[in-house]
Amino acid sequence: MVEKTKLIEMYRLMLQIRFFEEKVFELYGKNLVPGTIHLYAGEEAVAVGVCANLRRDDYITSTHRGHGHCIAKGADLGKVMAEILGKKTGYCKGKGGSMHIADFSMGMLGATAVVGAGIPVAAGAGLSTKLRGTDQVVACFFGEGASNQGTFHEGVNMAAIWRLPVVFVCENNLYAMGTRQSLVMTIENIADRAVAYGIPGVTVDGNDILAVYEAASKAVNRARRGLGPTLIECKTYRQKGHSRFDPAAYRPKNEVEEWLKRDPIPRFKSKLIEMSALTEEEDEELRREAAAAVEGAVKFAMESPFPEPEEALEDVYVQEESVSGR
Amino acid sequence: MKETTVRDALREALREEMKRDKTVFLLGEDIGRHWGGAFGVTKGLAEEFGDERVRDTPISESAIIGVGVGAAITDMRPVAEIMFGDLSALAMDQICNQAAKIRYMFGGQVKVPLVIRTPFGAGVNIASHHSQSLEAWFMHTPGLYVAVPSTPYDAKGLLKTAIRGDNPVFFVEHKLLYPVKGMIPEEDYTVPFGVADVKREGEDVTIFATLYMVDKALAAAEKLKKEGVSAEVVDPRTLSPLDKSTILKSVKKTGRIVIVTEDCKTGGVSAEIAAIVAEEALDYLDAPIKRVAEPDTPIPFSPPLEQFVIPDEKSIIKAVKETVH
Repeated sequence: MVEKTKLIEMYRLMLQIRFFEEKVFELYGKNLVPGTIHLYAGEEAVAVGVCANLRRDDYITSTHRGHGHCIAKGADLGKVMAEILGKKTGYCKGKGGSMHIADFSMGMLGATAVVGAGIPVAAGAGLSTKLRGTDQVVACFFGEGASNQGTFHEGVNMAAIWRLPVVFVCENNLYAMGTRQSLVMTIENIADRAVAYGIPGVTVDGNDILAVYEAASKAVNRARRGLGPTLIECKTYRQKGHSRFDPAAYRPKNEVEEWLKRDPIPRFKSKLIEMSALTEEEDEELRREAAAAVEGAVKFAMESPFPEPEEALEDVYVQEESVSGR
Repeated sequence: MKETTVRDALREALREEMKRDKTVFLLGEDIGRHWGGAFGVTKGLAEEFGDERVRDTPISESAIIGVGVGAAITDMRPVAEIMFGDLSALAMDQICNQAAKIRYMFGGQVKVPLVIRTPFGAGVNIASHHSQSLEAWFMHTPGLYVAVPSTPYDAKGLLKTAIRGDNPVFFVEHKLLYPVKGMIPEEDYTVPFGVADVKREGEDVTIFATLYMVDKALAAAEKLKKEGVSAEVVDPRTLSPLDKSTILKSVKKTGRIVIVTEDCKTGGVSAEIAAIVAEEALDYLDAPIKRVAEPDTPIPFSPPLEQFVIPDEKSIIKAVKETVH
């Protein structure tokens, strides 16, 4: 049984991600966000349910749809928002943007926008912990679309043969951009692919945070004890389109409605109330706090300066004495 | 000083750096105790350092580099081997989008001390998928350093610098250079990046050459001397960073340059060197810039075909003569 304080913290983080994403959506409606945005709204239970099992020194790798992973791992909202707005005070000093947020101080090894590219990188971080003799664990987030990449096969296989402490978390939101899963694979459950690597594969309801938490708990413990990787498939759904200009017309209306009914946040709230872990008043207070935190982040980001143009030339290389000619 | 081969010099660098720093480890296909690397560079290292630190991998180039990246950003110093340089194409995303960009994209938060060793070069009749010289791809990728040693001394010293450094390095080895002998110091030494080496001094013409072409350029220079032409041979040793000042200084002295590289001509290393000389030393030139490079074909198999496309002493001498007269 998960402690009440932990449950509330998980609920708070889910609200935080949702409110953050809604604000990002609003800001780009006002043309304040350069480029594009891939929102995590609807998938909060996955990032929060997994990261609730991780320590600060554990690692995660993330994707183009990565704001939720950052926040769930403990990122500073202001620095995430500032990065999304291209500001100097952002996590990456404005060089990465929405699709490339990282915070190495808390094990967030960064988001890659190349689908599936983070999978071998996560295996490498797992190998690193093994060689250094620590008991750190790596959670690797990716979508069902990424499981069709060669990097999935190569990375999961390598993690399996070397029994690396990696939890592969597939966020199956049914669509790779506009391409429905059934068009690009004959299987329904990505977790079935685990069989090919001789590792456990489990499919869970990714909109049920307690189910995600339980599955991740087992996988993280297994990894920490040196027993190797697990593939967890979380069935979920993004509430918005793929990216900024996508109205997601390829999704049947009734499907969207069905999934909206399964919104992970109201579901968890009902559960918490049922368990007497949360009251309506406490919920309202948590929402006020989450909204205030987002407002604070927006204020910080909006008031932050853009980088100086010449800063584009910095950070390509680590400056070293053994290197001249740069 | 002692005499050694490029192959042994590389192995010494790996061995010494693994002894010096326990975060250094090797990974790649068949590099372990059963084979010791397709070209024998890692032979004996698994026996000495164990299978954990000399790690045989599946045939998964993309994951070899990806795993290297993941380890490099979490406090290790991986040295990954890609068995043949052509196969780096299988890992291009991990090399060029991940290893090279991660530091920049994440605002300088992290360093990527990853070394990728791989052999390039034609001349051993193994056709298009095992023979090409693709260093221009990586020279064209900001965030990577590219080392191109031509001697045992440079090979060992540059590999040590690569392993100790905090940036990702694409370390090119030339297949035909592995057995080539030269002198190296008994004691520890490194060769800095971005410092070219004038392999032979001369007055009449600069020959810029890399990797195995340095040997051919030196042989050509020796023959040219007998014909009264004094050629200076400049070996950049690293293509990124590039020691422009040594190249330009030489060109300003000789007034002529012949650029010799084994990669194909169009968009190749020679094009970049020619552009730099044209941009920054045009007024010093007494003759047009000459390039000796492979024609724009894949590397063919049959010996007469293959030999036809690889630049040789004759083609270098011909180009020098056209420049000098």
